[in-house]
Amino acid sequence: MPHTAIADQPDESHHPTKFIWKYIWSQDHKVIAIQYAVTAIFVGLIALVLSGLMRLQLGFPNTFSFIDPSAYIQFVTMHGMIMVIYLLTALFLGGFGNYLIPLMIGARDMVFPFLNMLSYWVYLLSVIVLLASFFVPGGPTGAGWTLYPPQAILQGTPGADWGILLMLLSLAIFIVAFTMGGLNYVTTVLQARAKGMTLMRMPLSIWGIFVATILGLLAFPALLVSAIMMLFDKLIGTSFFMPALVSMGEQLDYSGGSPILFQHLFWFFGHPEVYIVALPAFGMVSDVIATHARKNIFGYRQMVWAIVAIGGLSFIVWAHHMYVSGMNPYFGFFFATTTLIIAVPTAIKVYNWVLTLWKGNIHLTTAMLFAIGFIFTFTHGGLTGLFLGNVVVDLPLSDTYFVVAHFHMVMGVSPIMVLFAAIYHWFPKITGKHLHKGMGNAHFWVTFLGTYAVYLPMHYLGFLGVPRRYYAMGDTDFIPDSAQTLNASITVAALIVGLAQLIFIFNLLHSLRKGKPAGANPWGATTLEWQTEHTPPRHGNWGTHLPEVHRWAYDYSVPNAKDDFIPQNVADQDVVMVAVPETAPLDVSQQAIDLGPGEPS
Amino acid sequence: MSLLKTLAEKPWLPPMAGAGFAPPHGLIPSAAGRTALKFFIAVASVIFFLLTITFLSRTQYPDFQALAGEPWQPFSNTSQLWLNTAILLLASIALRWGVVSSRQQNLGQITIALVAASLFSMMFLFAQFAVWQQLYSLGYFVSSNPANSYFYLFTGIHGLHLLGGLVALARCTVLFTTRRDCTQLNRGLALCRSYWDFLLLIWLFLFLLLTLSSASYRAIAVLCGF
Repeated sequence: MPHTAIADQPDESHHPTKFIWKYIWSQDHKVIAIQYAVTAIFVGLIALVLSGLMRLQLGFPNTFSFIDPSAYIQFVTMHGMIMVIYLLTALFLGGFGNYLIPLMIGARDMVFPFLNMLSYWVYLLSVIVLLASFFVPGGPTGAGWTLYPPQAILQGTPGADWGILLMLLSLAIFIVAFTMGGLNYVTTVLQARAKGMTLMRMPLSIWGIFVATILGLLAFPALLVSAIMMLFDKLIGTSFFMPALVSMGEQLDYSGGSPILFQHLFWFFGHPEVYIVALPAFGMVSDVIATHARKNIFGYRQMVWAIVAIGGLSFIVWAHHMYVSGMNPYFGFFFATTTLIIAVPTAIKVYNWVLTLWKGNIHLTTAMLFAIGFIFTFTHGGLTGLFLGNVVVDLPLSDTYFVVAHFHMVMGVSPIMVLFAAIYHWFPKITGKHLHKGMGNAHFWVTFLGTYAVYLPMHYLGFLGVPRRYYAMGDTDFIPDSAQTLNASITVAALIVGLAQLIFIFNLLHSLRKGKPAGANPWGATTLEWQTEHTPPRHGNWGTHLPEVHRWAYDYSVPNAKDDFIPQNVADQDVVMVAVPETAPLDVSQQAIDLGPGEPS
Repeated sequence: MSLLKTLAEKPWLPPMAGAGFAPPHGLIPSAAGRTALKFFIAVASVIFFLLTITFLSRTQYPDFQALAGEPWQPFSNTSQLWLNTAILLLASIALRWGVVSSRQQNLGQITIALVAASLFSMMFLFAQFAVWQQLYSLGYFVSSNPANSYFYLFTGIHGLHLLGGLVALARCTVLFTTRRDCTQLNRGLALCRSYWDFLLLIWLFLFLLLTLSSASYRAIAVLCGF
């Protein structure tokens, strides 16, 4: 039985008891979040294996007979699409959005629990349709994750018969699922906040998820429209995107369509998609850093403004992905300018994370390690983005490994760093158990250093002119043999990073059963999700009475307060203060007496 | 503006006495429904907006043949489309009547309004389908010209949105027949009314857009910079 999102509930007895209602057809946002997360991680692991196969081919060409050029490009396509849409978007918004929104704003559930449940099952359907393409004649599409026409639907491209159809269908289904979930998230944030939870008292995680969801709601229609129009071109023979062309010596029936139009539509979705993934990551990492540095987030208002500004600007930069497609030079100038402008609020965020750490009481928990790792990887990925935002720099680099390195650092490694930080941070609330710190630290260091071993050399390969999307480099005059040696070392590093994720999976499963009990608020966090009556929170989250919010989300190390954190639901009169000796002036070192809670080793 | 005022708040400072730092406590179902509908309408608007942009761009390609403007073009005579418009307008009016009736808790009028709204909406869908058939019989197939392709695409997507609305209306009706709760029905019908009004506006826009002459498309494209 669903709960009303915001209502006191004297009778706590109507929790579902049967397995099927509790775990399968559950309308509890926490269960749905876990369903989303498990599915996304499962499909993400498939994409990880695909990347391993790609790297095997690139590092050791002509060694593995089962990786032919078609299979290689199919792996590239499926790896990209799965990681961007079905893992990152689904895990940040469907997983963490679902789990955190009601708990962090003090609601019992989403506003529309049934729609929320439906959202997950439709998402699962989209995943099944996508994975089905591995088993149809011709295999999955090999059109590249951008699915550019005309080649995406023409013979000669792998999966041009069934693979592309299933991909487009799966995307359309995913967008339906996202819209159902997204409407829930924004409505819940706007209408179901607990008493006292004003918008500017919301934790930054919620701000990031909220603005990212609005971006998703406004950007995914572009992908939906392009998917439908391409389906028409493929199935009915319309010419929305298909020009008059000769394919394999045969004049096709298409005429007059514009492939560039598809590119505009795709990137009108594609660029905001970067921020659909990045904004929740920005928000969540802010909360992890503030909590584990025992310090209020530096520049909270700037952080909120930056999230909103980045969200708005993300809709007017899309054509920087299309410099090589050719455009009016004035447009190139416009999009280069907007791209550089968007770096300003982004840089403000980076400064604020660093300034939050400055003189903080930093606890190097695994979550904190991943959060600090994110600041490094995001700064590197962001800086190379500034290079590529300029037309004259982008043109020679666009089709090289420099771009692969850039977007993997900024959009692959960085959000995943935050995902790991978030999992290590919130796992104790979700399960009531700690993840093992030793395994967590090993996982962090191998992943962090490993990704640098993978992507730093790729920048160099890009400068050498090594082209991306190629199955094998072959013999060229301008690429030295050492590039291949570097490729081999990248592959070895990538495989090690891939295998290191097994430590994480093992840690999850092991700690689920044998992890140390975490208690209600192991990190000494201020936000509402750590103040629930039960850990893990029960269906309905808050027992009989909803929490009431009295302060913002970052009251850490408040001078003269006994504890180094004051939860959001504690009223001023309930805060325990320490007596200050009259003779001694106020000394900040008093705040450091209580080192705060930490992670068991 | 209240949004700017909100974003300018300094949440780390204690609220001033009587500053009203608390949003209303307790979920207001009508407000939740309205918020969700506003966002859904925004999503649907983006879909039609993007299709319109691509359409206007496509009108300037040499193979594009407008469906109106010349006497032999199918939409030189738009009487059938006007009839369809009237049917959708009637559905919208019936829903408004339903909202008023449910507020007055007049069971008889509620029933008539619900039946009328559903019937007129379904009639609109059938009438649109009839237009498709007429076009098809005249040789205007989906793929034979981009103007045709867009007509089928636009009207198909519009019809699907109306179909979705009908599902929501059916849910309101079923809930009402089981619970006899006029307040709940009123809430649901108010949302349906807003949605139908939106779909009527979209249809009027599409009607105008799809029945322009080539010269008009040229003028709009020049204005838009295509």
